[in-house]
Amino acid sequence: MTWLDKIIGPRIPDSVLHHERRRFRRPTLLLGTAALLLLISIFFPYWRIRLYAPQYPGGLVAKVYVNRVEGDVREIDALNHYIGMRPLEEAAQLERSLSIILIAAMALLVAGAIYVHSPWAAVLSLPALLYPLIFLADLYYWLWNFGTNLDPRAPLSSSVKPFVPPLLGEGKVGQFRVVAIWDIGLWLAILASILILVGLYYHRKAYKPFYEAYVRGEMA
Amino acid sequence: MKRNTLLGLAGLALAALLLIGCRGGEQTGTVISDDPMEIARARGLSPADVVAAVKTYQPTGKYDEYIMFASGGHSGQVLVIGIPSMRLLKVIGVFTPEPWQGWGFSKETQEVLAQGNYDGKELTWGDVHHPALSETNGDYDGQFLFVNEKANARVAVIDLRDFETKQIVKNPLSLSDHGGAFVTPNTEWVIEGGQYAAPFEGYAPLDQYKERYRGLITFWKFDRERGRILPEQSFALELPPYWQDVCDAGKQVSEGWVFCNSFNTEMATGGVEKGNPPFEAGASQRDMDYLHVINLRKAVELVEAGRTRTIKGFKVLPLDVAAAEGVLYFVPEPKSPHGVDVSPDGNYLVIAGKLDPHATIYNFQKIQEAIANERFSGRDDYGVPILDFDAVIETQIELGLGPLHTQFDPNGYAYTSLFLESAVVRWTLGGPWAEKHGRNPWTVVDKVSVHYNIGHLAVAEGDVVNPDGRYLVAMNKWSVDRFANVGPLLPQNFQLIDIGNPNGPMQLLYDMPIALGEPHYAQIIKADKLQPWEVYPEVGWDPSTQSRHPAATRPGEERIERRGNTVEIWMTATRSHFTPEHVEVRKGDRVIWHITNIERARDATHGFSLPGYNFNLSIEPGETATIEFVADRDGVFAFYCTEFCSALHLEMAGYFLVRP
Repeated sequence: MTWLDKIIGPRIPDSVLHHERRRFRRPTLLLGTAALLLLISIFFPYWRIRLYAPQYPGGLVAKVYVNRVEGDVREIDALNHYIGMRPLEEAAQLERSLSIILIAAMALLVAGAIYVHSPWAAVLSLPALLYPLIFLADLYYWLWNFGTNLDPRAPLSSSVKPFVPPLLGEGKVGQFRVVAIWDIGLWLAILASILILVGLYYHRKAYKPFYEAYVRGEMA
Repeated sequence: MKRNTLLGLAGLALAALLLIGCRGGEQTGTVISDDPMEIARARGLSPADVVAAVKTYQPTGKYDEYIMFASGGHSGQVLVIGIPSMRLLKVIGVFTPEPWQGWGFSKETQEVLAQGNYDGKELTWGDVHHPALSETNGDYDGQFLFVNEKANARVAVIDLRDFETKQIVKNPLSLSDHGGAFVTPNTEWVIEGGQYAAPFEGYAPLDQYKERYRGLITFWKFDRERGRILPEQSFALELPPYWQDVCDAGKQVSEGWVFCNSFNTEMATGGVEKGNPPFEAGASQRDMDYLHVINLRKAVELVEAGRTRTIKGFKVLPLDVAAAEGVLYFVPEPKSPHGVDVSPDGNYLVIAGKLDPHATIYNFQKIQEAIANERFSGRDDYGVPILDFDAVIETQIELGLGPLHTQFDPNGYAYTSLFLESAVVRWTLGGPWAEKHGRNPWTVVDKVSVHYNIGHLAVAEGDVVNPDGRYLVAMNKWSVDRFANVGPLLPQNFQLIDIGNPNGPMQLLYDMPIALGEPHYAQIIKADKLQPWEVYPEVGWDPSTQSRHPAATRPGEERIERRGNTVEIWMTATRSHFTPEHVEVRKGDRVIWHITNIERARDATHGFSLPGYNFNLSIEPGETATIEFVADRDGVFAFYCTEFCSALHLEMAGYFLVRP
């Protein structure tokens, strides 16, 4: 038995598959759905911040996707220049350039875990499982980075102290009330994480006995 | 819910006031109360006043249901007014420089204004008369506005995507016009009728009036795609030297025909100082003048067949061709009439008597039959067939003193302004319209006093195929005692009248003083038909071409380049700085200065003033504007933003340094 065989784990005999279809289909469906949700999440904003001030009756909005920022970016940049904040375009450039490939890779790994009937399935799913946390941590880093590195030569640098915009919920910057929400994309990723957790539970339930027999050499 | 509350309040106030029955002319002192009844009482408001207030008041942030485009008279501009609040929303710069909009200061707008020069002479005022909204199938479509200027016979095209003037055409053959602008039901043609006859070219003494002087009606071809009048495809119809007056385009059954009034068919030439009758008498001798009935389709065919002469580079369909080929017919009309207004179905022509208390109603079908059967009562001196009066009239109806202009509502009622009587009269149409109102046809049913000397009136979408008929605005020439005294020159008075209930009386709602010229005519459109831009579609927009400006400048592309004695500047403006902020040239340099407002936020307009050189620009979000001049005086000139754009607006400035 090579190390690769050990990672991939046993194949389940057709007779067993036939009798216990639901037992094996459950993790397949859960992990497959999780991978799909991850892919779909690319098309939705993950995080959204709204800025409210009297002269903007409809508010201003920035919608953060994994690879771009949409909404009133130009206007927000125009306002931010007064306090010396860099243009939003400069944030997370590396992450944004790699995001699509990385998410596709994570989804592929999760899909791959369906065919891996060993504890390695959990290892393959781990990036996707932790992905929402990684996203939020990175977002927080950039909020902190932008909010605390204000250009001291900006027109209003003396009247606005460094700040970190809220990751979730309300905050206040100058005359603006800001409200941050987690958007559809992020919720899809979180749902994917939950599905992965549940999927791994059923995966373990389905394959563990076979895997143990397999490593004991009781299965072909 | 909100409306009910308001009506309830109004009702309460009404009841209270009816009990008190007071009517004060003077406004009393400060009112400190939250009780509407008490406020109304203290301010001396009658129940009708309170109803009028509730019908017109717009709370902050609520938009008017109708938009009125009114001529700005002597100002040379067009006014945009909300109805029913009667709030002035905009003054559109048209024939006259207008500093707020930078109209006539930027190179782009100077070029539009210069299109209206008279033989190279710059004209700095205009006598704006009749706005005409573009139409599709005979109804307003909210795309373009045309307006004529009587003093110099010019027509302007305003694009309603940005409410800016795009083109001015100067009539090459005439110095005055009156019967314009009117459009055909699909805006293929913009009609401009002349007024005071003169030779098409050069000089001719008055004793050659009959031979050398001519009237005309010009048909300007409009290209909707390009949003421009095409002078090379336009033509004028040569007419006898009668003084043509107001016109209207046929619609529905009369589509393809055009109708214009005339006066001075006497061909009086005045000269009161020489013992001749003055014009006012000489031009009023005959009992009848001529309604001009023009077959536009036929005229276009003849123009396309090359039956025109070219005078001053402009196509003219000669009078003898028009008379011989069935393009032009005259119909006698009671003398010196004013408005000719076509009913929504296109079948009735209402000619208001001006000096006669009657309106004469002509039936288009009867006109067609008379033409087909050649029922002529003769020909005029120029060979134009004159249709038999009795064969073509439907009826005459006594409306009141000094009837001028007529518009319509959807219920078969017509509304006519009565100049001498200072009133608006509502009367019923006959024929198929009788079913709609169920009253006696051709009968006066209501009259409301206006203040004073009404000229035109405008009914909401009141001159189209499907009239709206909710409101009417009386355009009064005199205001006399309506407003606080502001010295011997008084504002004119627009009065808003509720005509929404055809079974109830017309109610006067609101007086709006107009204090920049005599606005002759206005058109009222449902506000939801207008879809203007909030900001220009992209950064670097040239409103004069409605496309990307060749000098559009994006952030980072700002620069100053010198080529010999020419210095060209590509500048951007955003809150709150210009880039670059220093511009240095040598005295005598030619300066070409482009400024692009790179903002995308609504209302983030920047001004640009260059004091000492007499420039002020309005650069709206996305717009690129250019100034061009010779730096003929040395010194230091601080330029700055003239629209309060931001908290650091005063800091939005720079230095233009001209070295000796």
